[in-house]
Amino acid sequence: MIIDDEPQIRKLLEINLESNGYKVLQASSGHEGILMAANHPPELILLDIGLPDKSGQDVLKELRTWYNKAIIMLSVQSGESDIITALDNGATDYLTKPFRTGELLARVRSCMRRNNSDESKSVSHFGNLQIDFVARTVKKDNVLVKLTSTEFNLLSLFAKNEGRVLTHQYILKEIWGVGYQTETQYLRVFVAQLRKKVEVNPNQPERLVTESGVGYRFS
Amino acid sequence: MLLSSLIVFAVAIGCFISVSIIGYKVVALLLLVTVSVLAMLLDILPVLLAAVLSALIWNFFFIPPIYTFHIDNTADLLMFLMYFVIALVNAVLTFKIREAENKVRDKEEKENAIKLYNTLLNSLSHELRTPIATIIGSVDTLKEHQTQLSKENQQTLLNEIDLAATRLNRQVENLLNMSRLETGMLRLNADWCDVNELIYNAIQKIELNTIRQTIAFIPSQTLPLFKLDAALMEEVVHTLLHNAVQYTSEQTVIAITASYEHEYCLIEIADNGNGFPESEIAFAFDKFYRLPYSKAGGTGLGLSIAKGFVEAHHGTIVLKNRNTGGAVFTIRIPAETSFINHLKYE
Repeated sequence: MIIDDEPQIRKLLEINLESNGYKVLQASSGHEGILMAANHPPELILLDIGLPDKSGQDVLKELRTWYNKAIIMLSVQSGESDIITALDNGATDYLTKPFRTGELLARVRSCMRRNNSDESKSVSHFGNLQIDFVARTVKKDNVLVKLTSTEFNLLSLFAKNEGRVLTHQYILKEIWGVGYQTETQYLRVFVAQLRKKVEVNPNQPERLVTESGVGYRFS
Repeated sequence: MLLSSLIVFAVAIGCFISVSIIGYKVVALLLLVTVSVLAMLLDILPVLLAAVLSALIWNFFFIPPIYTFHIDNTADLLMFLMYFVIALVNAVLTFKIREAENKVRDKEEKENAIKLYNTLLNSLSHELRTPIATIIGSVDTLKEHQTQLSKENQQTLLNEIDLAATRLNRQVENLLNMSRLETGMLRLNADWCDVNELIYNAIQKIELNTIRQTIAFIPSQTLPLFKLDAALMEEVVHTLLHNAVQYTSEQTVIAITASYEHEYCLIEIADNGNGFPESEIAFAFDKFYRLPYSKAGGTGLGLSIAKGFVEAHHGTIVLKNRNTGGAVFTIRIPAETSFINHLKYE
């Protein structure tokens, strides 16, 4: 479902998504979007941050009181603070306009996968990585990788949120708990250590990707 | 107000102590000088206050009989009245002169603004209209002559639209950044940042398969974390890389290095191209400045924005030609550093 007030953007998204086999619902205002989502709960919502009747952030918060599938925020280039707020309000991902349609489809696919993924699975594969959440072990190219307890917690947090951008604040709260939210330097060091262990080339990360000024994405 | 009274009092006390040596008439001159100096520094009201106050002080404490406002002889009375008039005239005249100066400055500023606005308009209308013209033209051709166009030509037109839109997007981004800087809306969002990673991200934004130069970057393993605004600095590095790619010939090697120098983060972007014309280096960071005869596609905003972002960090950016040929940009940013390499928070 698309919630955006710009008809051209809706048209563009509609053509792209429909030609890739998705069924598309459209709303042009926040109010209409919330009603429509309640009547026909979609698999995924593309939500514009700047809507005419109420802010996309408010729509997001309202939707999140009952809707737990993927919500991708669409924003114009305006700085990172809007994006961080949206992610902290429960957005699954974000795209900045203008975006390439290839990027859009990749994000949509990854969100759909997460919708359908089985959270209780004990072993997951990510390319050459294999993570066993129960035994707390990680294999790279079938070779056991030695991780400290914090490194493993960090990696499994990323892995359980595959394809999703996690903000620095969120990661710090999840791994180190309340009170460590400003200690981003620890996070940097741990991410660097983790990259050395799980990336093919730690200087050119492909799994643990930085989203400048926002956070990290695991893919 | 308070300041001017305090200064008058201070001078008066000084005079009171030394009045036996200098005589009370010289005191009048000293006080007059004080009022004149104040007139150059302060606003009209405090200066008028100082003038009145000093006249009264002189009368009360210095003109015999002292400790009364009474004046005995005619000469002193005349001097007192003259003192009063001169002090007031002094204050008013200085104020008027300053007002006139402000007017001239305002006028100059306005003229400069108009000049800048015209340059902006010329540069903008060209830089924005060219890609728009390309897009409209290509779309028209594709719509109206679709059947006559070869597959190859259709593809060419689509690529042109793609390029023009990307260019348009970059210009708009530049303008937004410029206005963020100009209006002082820029807020530094400094956080611990891995500069190697920042440079790597900036390189990723250059479409490496479309360029004919080589970008060389070897991450430093000993680099500490710095407290910077990563998004802004990534933009700066990207701008410098983008420029290097635009203005150097193929086969050029663009080398980036990051290093640490007590409490400073240093980033250097050097190329082995033809260098920057010495006479033009001084203007390189000016708004709307472009090298004479440079090719189309640029508003001359990139470097001035980069400079603005670096200066928002209280840092400096310097352009020089290397002795071995080619240009080098050096960015120096004062930043908190962290050498934490081993962690106890397990």
